[in-house]
Amino acid sequence: MTAFIQYTLQGLALGGFYALAALGLAVIFGVLGVVNFSHGACFMLGAVGAAVLLDSTGLGFWWALPIMTIAMFLFGVLMERLLVQWLLRLDPLYNFLLTFGLTLLLVDVVKRKYGVSGLPYPLPAGLQGRFTMGSVSLSTYQVFAAVFSIVVCLAVWLVLTKTRVGMIVRASTEDAERSRALGINVSRWVTPVFGFGIALAGLAGVLRAPTGSVNADMGSFFIIILFAVVVIGGLGSILGAVVAGFLVGLVEAYGQGYAGRFSQVFIFMLMALVVLVRPSGLFGREEAAS
Amino acid sequence: MSSQLEHKVDVELPAAPVTVAQRPVVRWVMLAVGLVVTLALPWFVYPPVAMDIAAWALFAISVDLLLGYTGLLSFGHAAFWGTSAYTTGLIASNLGLPFPVAILGGAIVAMLLAVPIGYLSVKRTGIYFAMVTLAFAQMVYFIANQWRSVTGGENGLQGIPKNLGPLTDTINADSFYFYYAALPIILLGVFIAWRTVNSPFGRVLVAIRDNPARARALGYDVERYKIMAFVLSAGLAGLAGGVFSISHGFASLQELIWTTSGKVVLITVLGGIGTLWGAVVGAALVVTLEDQLASSGFNGIGIVTGAIFVVIVLAFRHGIWGTARNGLNAWLRKRRHARDV
Repeated sequence: MTAFIQYTLQGLALGGFYALAALGLAVIFGVLGVVNFSHGACFMLGAVGAAVLLDSTGLGFWWALPIMTIAMFLFGVLMERLLVQWLLRLDPLYNFLLTFGLTLLLVDVVKRKYGVSGLPYPLPAGLQGRFTMGSVSLSTYQVFAAVFSIVVCLAVWLVLTKTRVGMIVRASTEDAERSRALGINVSRWVTPVFGFGIALAGLAGVLRAPTGSVNADMGSFFIIILFAVVVIGGLGSILGAVVAGFLVGLVEAYGQGYAGRFSQVFIFMLMALVVLVRPSGLFGREEAAS
Repeated sequence: MSSQLEHKVDVELPAAPVTVAQRPVVRWVMLAVGLVVTLALPWFVYPPVAMDIAAWALFAISVDLLLGYTGLLSFGHAAFWGTSAYTTGLIASNLGLPFPVAILGGAIVAMLLAVPIGYLSVKRTGIYFAMVTLAFAQMVYFIANQWRSVTGGENGLQGIPKNLGPLTDTINADSFYFYYAALPIILLGVFIAWRTVNSPFGRVLVAIRDNPARARALGYDVERYKIMAFVLSAGLAGLAGGVFSISHGFASLQELIWTTSGKVVLITVLGGIGTLWGAVVGAALVVTLEDQLASSGFNGIGIVTGAIFVVIVLAFRHGIWGTARNGLNAWLRKRRHARDV
């Protein structure tokens, strides 16, 4: 039982990274119809940025959170204006390929500048040590990461459901065509939404930095897992991205705990099952027959 | 959503044979030139690099068969290339069979793997298909990485022998001879692809690509055709991957990782989607470029290939072969028009 609780919390912490980043992926896809392959690279940039910030200016984790989030927002805006926007009217495969090329480029630029070995990133002050409750012992940072990402997901959820901007974004996600017909200027929201999605990936990266090695390749497997997450959740669905993110985190943690080496295979088996039983994803809507 | 996915493909794929290729003379001349260049290649290029070009060309053709002629972007073809590379290596190392037999075995295993993956993946289309194939390929990578007793984990399989009965010593002595020994396998793969796209089966695939609903209404089992195309394509990727692993004498996780799937898509798009010939041109360019960069000691190949990819997708979506063909067609049309007037 103790082990179970431990794995559950680890899974929630892991799922938090997935949910945050997948949320960004889902919002971007909803409003722009773009599957951003470079989401993993942006996650990596967030973490590497935090490490570089610490190294060059001494600004730690609590500064890196807002600074890198804003920096990645601007990066996203730049990316949309310079590259992505030119292909928006074409088949989404083209932007998929474009952002794939961008991923290769970004990863190797970081590799050349900072090498392949990891950059060190310490646990933030106040979140070191362990958190003991009865027989369960967890790293304080893991608990913080899980709670923090749940709070951010909830905040995004509130913004999307309770504010006017959120309503516009949701309407565009649901049906961009009809939103336009109802007089909403969807194009005006395209750039900020793209930036926002990238910012979420960057935020997830900063949050991940203290838990392991910060290096150029840290986004390479992350993006594949993210794809599995959004396929499971249903790509157009914001709720689906968050729920599937935590679900996949839990599956990975239980797999690691109980099955050892083959843990990540379970994620893909879950994806296979969802594709088989409910091809449009847990929260996705049925596509028209192709 | 699906309405967004359709009708926006910018690349004009040949629904009917195009003007240039329609002329049998042009077709035969192209074929002859292609064969001569293929046969002469190891005289101009370092033979192992020539072999790499041939293997990647067939690999890219297998992707183009799906992307250009069936309308499915597989972003997980490294699974089949790599699975065959490992299987070929295992057969050649453990059973001592001639290498063509080992490669055939590798291709068959790749096709068997493609049956469940294809069955699941064709349930989705467009961008989803790309993501699902990518994820399944990653699963194969994870399994190969962990199944160390068979795959050698991070070390991979090493010392794969080149065995060819009485010719074994000749092909081992010089990679120049090995090129000619392995080339028939590549040419067989190319021939299968060429026959497929020019067969009634190939026309059905194109019909599915252009309008799946209509193909279904005409009574074709769309999903079954897609699975068949997927398995066939995996077999071609398997032939290519087998040749690659025999040629290098090793099979590593590099063969299974998603950047390999991405590289072959890059080659296909760079050459020109839906052209088959483009895959050959793309492979020649990318393999040579990477070889040059690697030997010059530049350790950021992704910066170059990534930038090429971005530029191609933004500005040259027809690829090299597609752009050249469209230009030639426009010129021919203009000339004919001038003559008629």
